[in-house]
Amino acid sequence: MAQPQNTVEQSIDQKTIVSMRNVNKWFGQFHVLRDINLSVDKGERIVVCGPSGSGKSTLIRCLNRLEKHQDGDIFVHGIELNNDVKNIDEIRREVGMVFQHFNLFPHLSILENCMLAPIWVRKTPRAEAEEIAMHFLTRVKIPEQASKYPGQLSGGQQQRVAIARALCMQPQLMLFDEPTSALDPEMIKEVLDTMVELADDGMTMICVTHEMGFARRVADRVIFMDEGQIVEQNEPEAFFNNPQSDRTKLFLSQILGH
Amino acid sequence: MTRKVIKAAPKKTTMKKAIPSDIDTQAGYVRIEDAPLLPPPPSEVGVTGWLYKNIFASMSDFGSVAAALKSVFVAASTLFILYFLITQISGLLDFAIFSAVWSDPEGLKRQACWTVEQGGALPNGWHAACWPFIEAKAKFIFYGAYPNDDLWRVNLTYALGGFMLAWVMIERLPYRKIVGILLLTVYPVMATVLLTGGAFSISTGTIGVATILGLALITIGRLGKAGYVSGAFGDLAMVAGVCGWLVILFAAVLAVFAIDFDLEAIDTRDWGGLLITLVVAITGIVASLPLGILLALGRRSEMPVARFLCTVFIEFWRGVPLITVLFMASVMLPLFMPEGVNFDMLLRALIGVTLFSAAYMAEVVRGGLQAIDKGQYEGADAVGLSYWQSMRLIILPQALTHVIPGIVNTFIGLFKDTALVSIVGIFDLLGAAQSTLADAAWSTPVQGLTGYLVVAVIFFVFCFGMSRYSMFMERKLNRSHKS
Amino acid sequence: MFGRDRSLTNLLNDTFIRGILFQVLIAIGLLLSINWLADNTLSNLANQGKTLGFDFLTRTAGFQISPTLGTWMLDYKVGKSTYTDVYLIGIINTFIVALLGILAATVIGFTVGIMRLSDNLVFRWFSSFYVEIVRNVPLLLQLFFWYFAVLRAMPSKREKLELVEGVAGLNITGLYLPAPIVSDGFIYSFLSLVGAIAITFLVRRYALRRQAETGQILPMFWIGLGIIIILPVLVHYLNGSPLDWSLPEFKDTGPKLRQGYQSGAGMVLVPEMLAVWLALSLYTAAFIAEIVRAGILAVNRGQTEAAYALGVRPNVTLRLVVIPQAMRVIIPPLTSQYLNLTKNSSLAVAIAYPELVSVFAGTALNQVGKEVEMIFMMMMVYLTFSLMTAAFMNWFNSRVKLVER
Repeated sequence: MAQPQNTVEQSIDQKTIVSMRNVNKWFGQFHVLRDINLSVDKGERIVVCGPSGSGKSTLIRCLNRLEKHQDGDIFVHGIELNNDVKNIDEIRREVGMVFQHFNLFPHLSILENCMLAPIWVRKTPRAEAEEIAMHFLTRVKIPEQASKYPGQLSGGQQQRVAIARALCMQPQLMLFDEPTSALDPEMIKEVLDTMVELADDGMTMICVTHEMGFARRVADRVIFMDEGQIVEQNEPEAFFNNPQSDRTKLFLSQILGH
Repeated sequence: MTRKVIKAAPKKTTMKKAIPSDIDTQAGYVRIEDAPLLPPPPSEVGVTGWLYKNIFASMSDFGSVAAALKSVFVAASTLFILYFLITQISGLLDFAIFSAVWSDPEGLKRQACWTVEQGGALPNGWHAACWPFIEAKAKFIFYGAYPNDDLWRVNLTYALGGFMLAWVMIERLPYRKIVGILLLTVYPVMATVLLTGGAFSISTGTIGVATILGLALITIGRLGKAGYVSGAFGDLAMVAGVCGWLVILFAAVLAVFAIDFDLEAIDTRDWGGLLITLVVAITGIVASLPLGILLALGRRSEMPVARFLCTVFIEFWRGVPLITVLFMASVMLPLFMPEGVNFDMLLRALIGVTLFSAAYMAEVVRGGLQAIDKGQYEGADAVGLSYWQSMRLIILPQALTHVIPGIVNTFIGLFKDTALVSIVGIFDLLGAAQSTLADAAWSTPVQGLTGYLVVAVIFFVFCFGMSRYSMFMERKLNRSHKS
Repeated sequence: MFGRDRSLTNLLNDTFIRGILFQVLIAIGLLLSINWLADNTLSNLANQGKTLGFDFLTRTAGFQISPTLGTWMLDYKVGKSTYTDVYLIGIINTFIVALLGILAATVIGFTVGIMRLSDNLVFRWFSSFYVEIVRNVPLLLQLFFWYFAVLRAMPSKREKLELVEGVAGLNITGLYLPAPIVSDGFIYSFLSLVGAIAITFLVRRYALRRQAETGQILPMFWIGLGIIIILPVLVHYLNGSPLDWSLPEFKDTGPKLRQGYQSGAGMVLVPEMLAVWLALSLYTAAFIAEIVRAGILAVNRGQTEAAYALGVRPNVTLRLVVIPQAMRVIIPPLTSQYLNLTKNSSLAVAIAYPELVSVFAGTALNQVGKEVEMIFMMMMVYLTFSLMTAAFMNWFNSRVKLVER
């Protein structure tokens, strides 16, 4: 492209939260992400689905540098994601992540789990951090558990705490890596409800999940990935009712058809 | 915030191809052509990738002052360690192989390993292993002062033991359990007879009394089982029955010991070297296993007296160093026995080692018992099994498979600890090596180093081999548990 | 428990009663055995003309003991010090070599353990090499290696290997170092060190409060280091540096018997002690390295990922998330290893370093001959160490247990 980099970035800055261009990633010999091109605007809700091994988790983990991409550009909130530690720190402050296995800190109380990042990253005074934590714990509807420890909570409660913990950093973008896959069926609903509320409040989110009901309800775009590439993307109605690619059709029949 | 309006999906014919950087990723989109599968960049694979990941990655972070200092430090240490490793390893190889003297064709003994200055033929400044020394002393290091004519007995014991052990360890062979039981019961008796010569002076009277006592106890046990004795005495009767079987076993062993197989009697003082090390270590482990299991069960028992006694016993033997146990055994054991009962030196050490090892074994077994799901105990109870039945049939088999790695680790520790018996005057591998250093006919400046090197290598081979086996077992058990 | 029918058979059938009966039988059996053993012991002793008693402890000991911390602290003199002194010297020497060993082993062990997890292949190989070799060769053999192969290869009595010109030197009789001579004002230097540490704690409390209120973080590590180094040094110099050093003196002229390092000047670490220290430290460090490695690996990778995803920097993550969780797993087996090291110090009897076993069960036992009492006294010391360690571990485990359902 003829234009210098920064002007392009500035124009993207206000509106585009994520911009991935020709991103490739390898694990050793294995080409796990192939020519990924993706752009996400502020307020968009994206659901990424696909068979296991298709690289969906790797894709979102590249966005906060939990995985390193070897080719192509990634810009998050206008900041380039490269080896510069300052950039990585800035990006991680603006991006929150919720993991499949919650990853709560077992030796800290729920409140302390939520307060850790504001205190040590944003240098928030303790009282204010506690306020923020209680605010978001209330938002995920478990303020009464604040002084308990993760080991005392059910899976669904732990995942909601994980969401609150990520929200306490007040990020611009939330990433969800199969948030309900490790939960017992009766607890999936409480977590999905929380995520729906979050979406309705306008949070930009990219969600890797198998919960197609959630996708229909909330997503602006559904992206189907297979073998490291983005195969198809569309708004949910068109995606589910009128899939274009054969691979998409196969996947949908497997996941919806039983 | 309003949701962005997405255009309806265009018809297939006007679908855009996957052209990088121009695509309008907001519209409905389908990939027609697969992106090419490309080879990874050099920093990921191949020699450069490997070099980068394994060596240079830790030295290349110059993002901040602290990181830069760390990278420099890591680089310097890497170089230093490489230098150190290379010099030490090449020095060792040189000492042991390249510069070493391998043969002594003229029977010069120590002169074969002397430099010109000292009166020999080797260049001045030579400093390497003198293998003819080891060749001459090999028998002593492996067997001690065991008479040469009877070495076949030791070799037979080794061979038989090794064969049976291999049979038990190799998965695909049949009858492993039977061989295992034989290995733990019949083999020790055979080994004792072979190594000592048997023909102990045990009167037929003693054997007879033991047999009759055993039969009587068994009868009591049978009566108890059949219901002729009730309640608490029924329990006692069953205990008596078990004891009866043990007494019969004991009588049988005594009988075998009394038989004269026409083997030369060899005093344990003539045993030495690797033979002693193996005898002490193996006897220690084998004898301490049943005792350890009993102690572990006792420590977990609900009866306070049993629990207290077992805990005290275990903590006592675990709290004192082995050397004090050996001192105690060699010095105090004769005091504890009635007058006239004479204890063989080796036997004293064996008793001390067994008691010491039993305490550690008890803790290992206890760990295994704790690792078993409570549901197993409850299931056994629910089916109506008695304490001993549930232990024997359900709990212990599972616990013991759990603890095999722990047992092997205890054995490795015991094997190394047997070196301590050289301090109380028993010639184990280390002691035998030390005594060879006193032989003036082989006195050279490298005599000590050569001798200790050989002993270190023998220990290392045994211990390292066993620890690899233990890791292999652990991995196998973990895999079978995950499924 | 008690049924309607209280007949004798039901009573006997009762599991509770059976349990009690069983235990009473065990207790009786035990008492009988102890009685039998005691009987034998007493009669055997009587036959040898010995009696039981601890009065030997006040007798004077007639043998020389190598110059070590114990002899220095108790001012051991042949013919004047009693067997009680010998006992205490043994305990002190055990304690000092155990303490030094624990310190060295911890430092080396943690370093090697972390190296085993490093990205750097050379570090990984080296530490694996070290751990496998040291763990699979008996400690006694390693002790002999250090004592006979290394320290005996040092220059002879009348020569020396200078480590630092005029200040520290090494030969076959030991490692010679400067000995500190404290004059009057030194107590202030020492107190100022204590004071500096106290001040650092206070500053830390202030820093934590400030962080809680404003969110600002002070670089506590550098500040603390600065205070602890600068304050005592300042006080020391202002006071006229009341610390002198007695440097080791080496004579290579004059009558041959008097050549070499002179006693009375400087401080000597005898080769026996050095060998025990080296062997114990390096041996235990290998086990500690494995414990540290297992502890760090036990912390789920997801924990660091979650912390990084929140924007927490690696060193803070290490401090607040990884190390607290790793320590829970590391400390119990670590304390076991410390106890093992203390017990393994008894191997020093093989090279005559005068720790407890060597001096009490070795030399003293030969002189006095009261086996039962002396071995009992020895075992009591080790049992005390063990029980203290077990108590600490229980306390620690209950303190840091993760709260679960």
